[in-house]
Amino acid sequence: MSIIVRDVNKSFGDFAALTDVSVEIPSGSLTALLGPSGGAKSTLLRVIAGLEKADSGLVEIEGRDATKLPAQDRGVGFVFQHYAAFKHLSVARNIAFGLEIRKRPKAEIKKKVDELLELVHLEQFAHRYPAQLSGGQRQRMALARALAVEPQVLLLDEPFGALDAQVRKELRAWLRRLHDQVHVTTVFVTHDQEEAMEVADSIVVMADGKVEQIGSPDQLYEAPANDFVMSFLGPVTKLGGELVRPHDLELSIEPRPDTVTAKVTRVTRLGFEVRVDLEIEGEELWAQVTRGSSEQLGLVEGQTLFVRRSAPVRAAAAVS
Amino acid sequence: MASQTAATVRRVGVRATVRTVVLVYLTLLLVFPLALVLFKTFENGVAPVIDSLTTASTQHAIQITVVVAFWAVVANTIFGVTAALLLVRHTFHGKRTLNALIDLPLAVSPVVVGLSLVLVYGRLTGVGRALAGIGINVIFSIPGMVMATIFVSIPLVVRAVAPVLEEIGDDQEQAAATLGAGPVQTFRRITLPSIRGALAYGVVLALARSLGEYGAVAVVSGRLVGRTQTLTLLVQERYQNFDQQTAYASAFLLVLTAVIALLVSRLLRPKELKS
Amino acid sequence: MASSTTVGGAGVSLLGAPPAPPATPSRRRPLHGKGKAIGLSLVMTYLSIIVLIPLAAVVWHSQSNGFSGFVHAVTTPEAASTLKLTIYSSILVAAINMVMGTAIAWVLVRDKLPGRTFLDTLIDLPFALPTIVAGLALLTVYGPNSPLGVNLAYQRAGVVVALLFVTLPFVVRTVQPVLMELDTEMEQAAASLGAGPGTIFVRIILPNMFPAMAAGTALAFARSMSEFGSTVLISGNIPFQTQVASVHVYNQLESDNVAGAAAVSTVLLIVSLVVLVALDMLQRWAARRG
Repeated sequence: MSIIVRDVNKSFGDFAALTDVSVEIPSGSLTALLGPSGGAKSTLLRVIAGLEKADSGLVEIEGRDATKLPAQDRGVGFVFQHYAAFKHLSVARNIAFGLEIRKRPKAEIKKKVDELLELVHLEQFAHRYPAQLSGGQRQRMALARALAVEPQVLLLDEPFGALDAQVRKELRAWLRRLHDQVHVTTVFVTHDQEEAMEVADSIVVMADGKVEQIGSPDQLYEAPANDFVMSFLGPVTKLGGELVRPHDLELSIEPRPDTVTAKVTRVTRLGFEVRVDLEIEGEELWAQVTRGSSEQLGLVEGQTLFVRRSAPVRAAAAVS
Repeated sequence: MASQTAATVRRVGVRATVRTVVLVYLTLLLVFPLALVLFKTFENGVAPVIDSLTTASTQHAIQITVVVAFWAVVANTIFGVTAALLLVRHTFHGKRTLNALIDLPLAVSPVVVGLSLVLVYGRLTGVGRALAGIGINVIFSIPGMVMATIFVSIPLVVRAVAPVLEEIGDDQEQAAATLGAGPVQTFRRITLPSIRGALAYGVVLALARSLGEYGAVAVVSGRLVGRTQTLTLLVQERYQNFDQQTAYASAFLLVLTAVIALLVSRLLRPKELKS
Repeated sequence: MASSTTVGGAGVSLLGAPPAPPATPSRRRPLHGKGKAIGLSLVMTYLSIIVLIPLAAVVWHSQSNGFSGFVHAVTTPEAASTLKLTIYSSILVAAINMVMGTAIAWVLVRDKLPGRTFLDTLIDLPFALPTIVAGLALLTVYGPNSPLGVNLAYQRAGVVVALLFVTLPFVVRTVQPVLMELDTEMEQAAASLGAGPGTIFVRIILPNMFPAMAAGTALAFARSMSEFGSTVLISGNIPFQTQVASVHVYNQLESDNVAGAAAVSTVLLIVSLVVLVALDMLQRWAARRG
């Protein structure tokens, strides 16, 4: 394990930001801390980095008890949501900062900075100041700066939160590729489940200062530990009082075992998918079907259908 | 862990040292001297203070001070609002120069301010003689003192109002114009109400500065006791003539004015200028 | 417009650093050309009568005995010594302000000192207080009857203390807003990259405060060069010893040496102008760097 967090508690005044949080993050993995906005995730990340002190509990980084180590000595690279660019230093000097602090030879620093500039595609911006960069460029600079000191773990706090949608998408894919290249244990905070699913190997779902579930994106999606995780990770609707994914609803013209009668209230075509709004005894729900099955069923408003949940074959398999 | 404890101790030590140095510095430089003025003023009770503040010469000095400050503030308020409107709402050649000129008085020594006015409006100059010919004495008299006071406080109203004008933009003014308001109506009904706070702030600053001006007024007034003597001039004259009670009482009055001005200006300071 | 951020903070009120002007017009109104013309002529006439013509007269009179007369007037032993004293003490005062002003701003912003609001208000007092009152107050504490037993009256140290009093707010009020807006994440980033508190201060905080420190120091220097009222009582105005330039000008005027007074005044004006221009350049430079 690269990072071990055990029974960590942290409050700000009356507000309990972290309650008995325990997480283990394997070496070389790319892990997302996912949860609704506000609170826990960033605090946990900052506790790991030593920017925040836990009230109780233990933090271990690469086999070393880091609970009481100051941020300086944790061997952690931290990337801030708002970049925390050193405004008075050029891009190259920003990246060189950690190496200069460590008094590395000039030639070595230059070589490393050049490598990193290339890695984050900022070669031609080396001598600009942060104020002259776009948000995405600043974020890449911050990442290069954190990587320069070859940290044992790389921590990113909402790394794409302040960027617009397009840049965000690009940077996500880029971060994934970067991680495949440098392979440093990476933890990033996000409130965007799509981002977490797309980028991370494993996801830690947090809410109200507690860990809800830890697992691979597939595990979490297919076998959510509770309703919160299920609804946070994808679309849900309710059938007979139970949460179910809309694409896990099976529609048929004829009644089958376990089906219930439903009335189609609305059919919406969204490209390849079709959203079918239904009503069962006054209760509203919706199903997601392919265009093909929609045509087979001949879906129209007012039609009566039979609905059941498709066989939950894999559900029980992978609760960790 | 030991190193961390040492670092923490060191940091706390640095913090305590800086705090102590700052507090000692401020106490020795500010608090103690002002407290002592207070003490010296009331050393012999309240009665002598009232006595020395109600003598004819003190009363006259107060009157002169208020009159001079009043006209200076009125003039600078009109000028200040006009200049701020020009700088924020209009473009013209030499705008940057005007901008710089407005700040210039802050950098000029009060004595040089006085000297400069004497050189133009003094009795031995052409302008001075011409004005004297129509019955206006500038130097060694109230008009000169008002001019000197205006000079030193010129930027205060402009610099209080301009940022707020900038901040509120001219959308509302344009809206008023589309609704049929003329420039004067727009100014009175839209612009003026929205800069009221900033204007009051600037006026308080200008008033405090005007009431307390010493050097420039010392030069142009000729320090004529009982005629052109302001409160600040009285403080100096009484002190040097060994009437310490009056000197301290007048100084106390000026400290009080300054403190009130300071507190009022804190309350009035426009939001975006608040630190 | 960006120039208003770094230099000349908001709190600098009485006789303080002015917030920089809007460098570019937000929007112009093509209408009301007449109003603009009237306003502009009013403003220019006012400035001319009160400021420009009088200051021009000072420069003009300084040259009444030609340029060599000017040079002579500012290099007489008395003028030279007074200018030297003024410049040296202003440099010293500026330097002390740079350190102490920054320390005070630091305590106000970063140290959770109880009673900070009171302290913060106190800082503006030297701007609000008449200079002669400041002089009287200092003479009371550091004069012949000093309750502390420290007599600085009629000594150069007394002049320095008076100048320190009147210039106190400049650096505090320029550095304070910068320090408040300083992104603490920058410091955390530096810490996570291995920098200790000392290194963070020297490499991150200091460079970011520097433009504001320099601006405040320059203002304090300019004010010291031109200060009059606060030094009158405590300095004793002894020629060749404690007489500062403003007092020298005053004395020359009193003894009807107008050309001499104007000459030394012109030197003071030039110093002021140089400082103003330098400040403007500093603001532009700081604004460009963001």
